[in-house]
Amino acid sequence: MNTPLLKVEDIHKRYGNEEVLRGVSFEVNRGETKVFIGPSGTGKSTLLRCVNQLTPPDKGQVFLEGTEVTHHKSDINRLRASIGFVFQDFNLFAHLTAMQNVSIGPSKVTRMHKEQAQARALAELERVGLGDKANAYPAQLSGGQQQRVSIARALAMDPKLILFDEPTSALDPELIGEVLEVMIELAREGMTMLCVTHEMGFARSVANEIIFMEHGVIVEQGPPQQMFTNPQHQRTGEFLRKISELYGETEK
Amino acid sequence: MSFLFKWEWLPKMASGLVVTVEVTATCIAIGIVLGVLLALGRVYGRRPISLPCSLFIQFFRGTPLLVQLFIIYYGLPNWGIRLPAFVSGILALGLNTAAYQAEYFRGAIQSVKKGQMLAARSLGMSLTQSIRFVILPQALRLVIPAWSNELILMLKSSSIIYLVTIYDIMGVSQKIAARHFNYFDVYVVAALFYLALVLIVSLLLRLLEHRVQIPGLGVHADRR
Repeated sequence: MNTPLLKVEDIHKRYGNEEVLRGVSFEVNRGETKVFIGPSGTGKSTLLRCVNQLTPPDKGQVFLEGTEVTHHKSDINRLRASIGFVFQDFNLFAHLTAMQNVSIGPSKVTRMHKEQAQARALAELERVGLGDKANAYPAQLSGGQQQRVSIARALAMDPKLILFDEPTSALDPELIGEVLEVMIELAREGMTMLCVTHEMGFARSVANEIIFMEHGVIVEQGPPQQMFTNPQHQRTGEFLRKISELYGETEK
Repeated sequence: MSFLFKWEWLPKMASGLVVTVEVTATCIAIGIVLGVLLALGRVYGRRPISLPCSLFIQFFRGTPLLVQLFIIYYGLPNWGIRLPAFVSGILALGLNTAAYQAEYFRGAIQSVKKGQMLAARSLGMSLTQSIRFVILPQALRLVIPAWSNELILMLKSSSIIYLVTIYDIMGVSQKIAARHFNYFDVYVVAALFYLALVLIVSLLLRLLEHRVQIPGLGVHADRR
């Protein structure tokens, strides 16, 4: 039997009086790309953060290859090292160059030799098309470039999966394409990805499944084709139409 | 009235200057180490750690430096703790500046963007690694302008240690002035010594700030 790469079970999270997540469960197999959509404030980002415990859930469990991430005795730092996270506002380390941003993970967390970590960093920067920006500081890069560096930073850790939290929402429209291109390439190469995004072109071209969330629960999930043409819930259809209008579907 | 300062007094005063520099440098070093630890304790510590840190800072910022110095030098012997004058002076100044520096460091640590810590943790760094490799390198750069003031203040405040018989610039001057009954000239020269030191330190700090500056990080970043 194949254990799924990631198994999320009955996640609950409450902030004060507001229950942001009300029992969310799903599974991800190796090489799959899943896209989370839904109105803002429905807990999609919180859900991603519960996966790597940046936000510990109140209830529920997360398993990575059968190891319980949520267990209080689990080595959370080691588990996080194998789960990439790409933030909406990049969060590149402001005092480090692009190269150092990418090499700091391998060198400090996995204790890779310094030269080796740098070689790896350069390779990942080249992979996202930024080999020539290795010595630039984050403030000297455009938003799109910063986000690509942050993807390279995640890749340098050899992650088992990468979580993308609205990776293009903070970008100017003309910079979105370069980031999506990198993400599409990754998905095609077989990287396992969980993406909170409203880029439906991206979802259509590489997602194995779209998961529609509202009010802290999964309303509906299914392959993009089915979700677009034959949604089972009225809300799913309405929402998909709305964001397709808003974001267009210009992706290849 | 004419200026009656005698050049032969200068070597004596220069020896006082060396003492002032030594004392200040030592105190600042103590202040940096202790100040960073106190700031980290306040920001990241749970209550059993953050509370004592806060109390320490409150006490040393809330009472006069002179009182602190006298408690250590004249007060502690009542409890059987007899510290040499030099040690007492350094201790009082060091603990005092640590409290002030701690507040500057705390402000700088808290002004590092929140996402920096999240990004560090998401890479699998421990809290300690995140602080060491991500938070402090940024906070220590951000703190330089505010921290420079504290260094300069400390340089000048160190003059009170002449009251526990240490011959720093002030101590030497006081002795010369009293012996030759020439207060004005000697103290004016003493003031010039301090002024020169302050100018040199300010210059060095500006060089340091410039040297460690990173594009997009720090106070200058906002002005672009």
